[in-house]
Amino acid sequence: MLMSRPLEPIALAWRVALGFSFFVLFVATWSIATLGGFVSKTFLADPITMVQDGWTLLTRFGFVADIAITISRVLGGFLIASIIAVPIGILMGAYKPVEAFFEPFVSFARYLPASAFIPLLILWAGIGETQKLLVIFIGSVFQIILMVAVSVGSTRRDLVEAAYTLGARDRGVVQRVLIPASAPDIAEILRLVLGWAWTYVIVAELIGSSSGIGHMIIDSQALLATGQMIFGIIVIGLIGLVSDFLFKMVNKKFFRWRLT
Amino acid sequence: MIDQIINTVPAFSTKAPAKLLVEGVSRQFSSGRGRAPIRALEPTDLAISENDFITILGPSGCGKSTLLRIVAGLAKPTAGRVLLGGRPVTGPGPDRGMVFQSYTLFPWLTVAENIAFGLRERGTPAKRRSEIVSAFVSKVGLSGFESHYPMQLSGGMQQRTAIARALANDPEILLLDEPFGALDNQTRGLMQELLLGIWERERKTVIFVTHDIEEAIFMASRVIVMTARPGRIKADIAVNLPHPRHYTIKTSPEFLRLKEQLTEEIRAEAVMAALEH
Ligand SMILES: Nc1ncnc2c1ncn2[C@@H]1O[C@H](COP(=O)(O)OP(=O)(O)OP(=O)(O)O)[C@@H](O)[C@H]1O
Ligand SMILES: [Mg+2]
Repeated sequence: MLMSRPLEPIALAWRVALGFSFFVLFVATWSIATLGGFVSKTFLADPITMVQDGWTLLTRFGFVADIAITISRVLGGFLIASIIAVPIGILMGAYKPVEAFFEPFVSFARYLPASAFIPLLILWAGIGETQKLLVIFIGSVFQIILMVAVSVGSTRRDLVEAAYTLGARDRGVVQRVLIPASAPDIAEILRLVLGWAWTYVIVAELIGSSSGIGHMIIDSQALLATGQMIFGIIVIGLIGLVSDFLFKMVNKKFFRWRLT
Repeated sequence: MIDQIINTVPAFSTKAPAKLLVEGVSRQFSSGRGRAPIRALEPTDLAISENDFITILGPSGCGKSTLLRIVAGLAKPTAGRVLLGGRPVTGPGPDRGMVFQSYTLFPWLTVAENIAFGLRERGTPAKRRSEIVSAFVSKVGLSGFESHYPMQLSGGMQQRTAIARALANDPEILLLDEPFGALDNQTRGLMQELLLGIWERERKTVIFVTHDIEEAIFMASRVIVMTARPGRIKADIAVNLPHPRHYTIKTSPEFLRLKEQLTEEIRAEAVMAALEH
């Protein structure tokens, strides 16, 4: 690592080893702190207890169902937000009047914290699924719109001009130049926002819910079951890692022209 | 009857209406409030007949791209108009193929798909399209690279694809804006021969912009010399070298004479352009 020079790539094996070793270091520090008796068990469970608690959660308390419901909430809210936001973003990027119409409001709405809406949404929609979907939707939709609009709007002008000199019409330019040119960026934006959607859903579940990972965590707090809480947090991290990896794989496959 | 034809042909060809007419075209760019606008192109007249290969030669910043973009319909003239086959140019269209100074292949399309782009936009049936594409792939010497992406190609290959992409549309006129400007000397020479070879076979009307004197003479039937800013046509020199031209022609006495003449013409402009910047 110290022998490396700026921006110099490293071998895959080395990369994996380095990435893995930080996890090892992390767990080791945690083990020493807890098993070594430096931190009280009441505040922080040790790794072994955490794994045992996690196993009990999975096998006896139906935690799998909680995981499934949280995942479905994230995906549901995120899909609805994407389906609405991506086309609006594309239109905004392509057509300046559309941008002029939406941009000021979206820029304002983007700074409204989704979590601050939760009390209001509970009033409107109760603590059912609609409320969870709405939290994720509000948290994601404006971000996606704005970032997609910027990406589409910054398509290389010379590519657009080339398309026109080849006989493309406005529709053709949008469909066969602007959209494919920004497709990798859009995929990357969705990956990023999906990560944020996870935060929103957990917050929504912490505040008012009768199921889901967040609900389990807040229940465990009442029991001072730090092992379970940490297990829940780690599960969220793992799911995030897996979804990120899947997204990257799909992007790599779809956008081979860019990544070779 | 036969006499009539023989008599009318030369008379017709000398009086042939120009394929492309540039009438009093000028272009200014505003340079902020209170400052005098930049005069990129002074009112310019130019007539180009069918099947001509015109090169426009001028120092950097003299308005060559500006003129070409106006002909392509990508920019509006401040005054004047452009007529192609008698019809005024109002915007870009497939009747004027363009090859740009920068690399403008669509990076998400393969070589073959790039060449097919214009045909697709115009709804050419798939079968016809692939025939045309494979014909042009071999014309520009890219057989075997049909399914490569632009990222995987050298600069020369990218510009050859761009030329094929423009020609596949069968435009009435081909506009090239320093297409080989970024290439090394050897590649550039080969590309000139390739383009000239295609022109000798197909006789498309071509406007080729360059700041390279040899390149301008080698391919042209007419060289238009432009002055430094504000851009204006300074000289219009016929090149009567025989076709087909081989690269060895670059050392012929006639070529060297033209080169000397153009060097004189352009030197004064280059000096002026350099002093200004
Ligand atoms: N969009 C613009 N806004 C302001 N000035 C411009 C613009 N485009 C071109 N110009 C100016 O007009 C002049 C002519 O530009 P143009 O690009 O036509 O030159 P060129 O002959 O093609 O140069 P080069 O050989 O470097 O490509 C330049 O001085 C340039 O600064
Ligand atoms: Mg230029």
